[in-house]
Amino acid sequence: MAGVKWVVAEVVGIRDETATARTLLLRIPRWTGHLAGQHIDVRLTAADGYQAARSYSLSSAGDDEFAAISVERMPDGEVSPYLVDGVVVGTQLEVLGPLGGWFVWRPTQAEPIRMIGGGSGIAPLVSILRTHLHSGSDAPVQLLYSVRSPEFVYFKDELAELTAAARADVSIRYTRSAPEGWSGPVGRLSAADVQAWAARTPASSLPASSYICGPTRFVELMADALVAGGTDPLTVRTERFGGA
Amino acid sequence: MGIVTPGFVGKRRDADPRLPPGQYETKDFPVLSVGPTPNIHAGEWQFSITTEHGETRRWSWEEFRALPVEDVHTDIHCVTRWSKFGTLWRGVSLDTLFEGLQTDAGYVMEHAYGGYTTNVPLAELRGGKAWLVFEYDGEPLDPEHGGPVRLLVPHLYFWKSAKWVTGLTLHTTEELGFWEVNGYHAHGDPWKEQRYYYDS
Repeated sequence: MAGVKWVVAEVVGIRDETATARTLLLRIPRWTGHLAGQHIDVRLTAADGYQAARSYSLSSAGDDEFAAISVERMPDGEVSPYLVDGVVVGTQLEVLGPLGGWFVWRPTQAEPIRMIGGGSGIAPLVSILRTHLHSGSDAPVQLLYSVRSPEFVYFKDELAELTAAARADVSIRYTRSAPEGWSGPVGRLSAADVQAWAARTPASSLPASSYICGPTRFVELMADALVAGGTDPLTVRTERFGGA
Repeated sequence: MGIVTPGFVGKRRDADPRLPPGQYETKDFPVLSVGPTPNIHAGEWQFSITTEHGETRRWSWEEFRALPVEDVHTDIHCVTRWSKFGTLWRGVSLDTLFEGLQTDAGYVMEHAYGGYTTNVPLAELRGGKAWLVFEYDGEPLDPEHGGPVRLLVPHLYFWKSAKWVTGLTLHTTEELGFWEVNGYHAHGDPWKEQRYYYDS
């Protein structure tokens, strides 16, 4: 990765995720893939040279031809409104990456995978699910996805497909309102919920690796619940966003 | 300058001379940690400095709190591109902790609870540039921001300001810490934009 520089990527596909978020597919020159869980930096330059850059988690599989990022329009945001509303297929964007060496999953990891995502924090976890599927990994994988209501679910169709194809144990928790006919609980995840979910991890000679991504407050609560339930803190990797 | 992004104007928040290149100002206080937040009671907290000769100085919480304190009013810069202006901290200058210590070491490894480490040249921690802080904005430091005690090295990217710090070891050669092994820069000067290990 030595000598990684800003390069000009081209938007080759756009998909709406929610009313305020969409996924951009990027063709990046000399792209050789990424580790599941990594991110890229995206830089925008105005006509007078003014620049702004932000980091976005990759949701693509590590070996996908195109890199995928999902961007939620932040109120008062500077870069995200442009990426959600201003970009069309063919737009060129500068990117740097892939970046990050800790919040990653490698197909050589045989231990069970536990993932907890809050809101748009699902993106790097979907990258892990996709990479897990592509690599033919036998590692048991479970995902707990906390989301306000059905219209805020990212990757809706793929989650169902990946669940079947990767034999993943995927659960969605709606915190405010559930789809019609939903029989599960609705409301924020409690520590007991998280511990009961963690107890479903199949027995293995290797300790599970846990990946938690979401808003800071959510990640704090989920990580604390796992640790209180007996999970070794050193097996829990976290990615937080937003203020505390 | 890179390619022009058609239609992008931006908010021009970087007109502020306090903002290093590639950063934007935030008013809240994001949390960057790679794992769960440890819960460390001040009573069990200890700090030590070990020289390259194996000489160790230790401070209990009570001994540490008996040292002279300074108020530090400073800007901080996170490698994830946010900067926060005018933060207010209270702590003990590392000059106080290093006083009289015999060392020829040029490098320091910062050690934190859970085994996390980050490396920094010793010169970056001396001369009124670094503190062990226990208060933020007049309140005891929150665990998620590194409480009860973290390092504050505000002239470097903020991962060099180790949260939940337990000690420093001094070395005559540069070794890479946890963050640096995982892709971050050995030095981390925000004004030179030394974010990732391949930045010059």
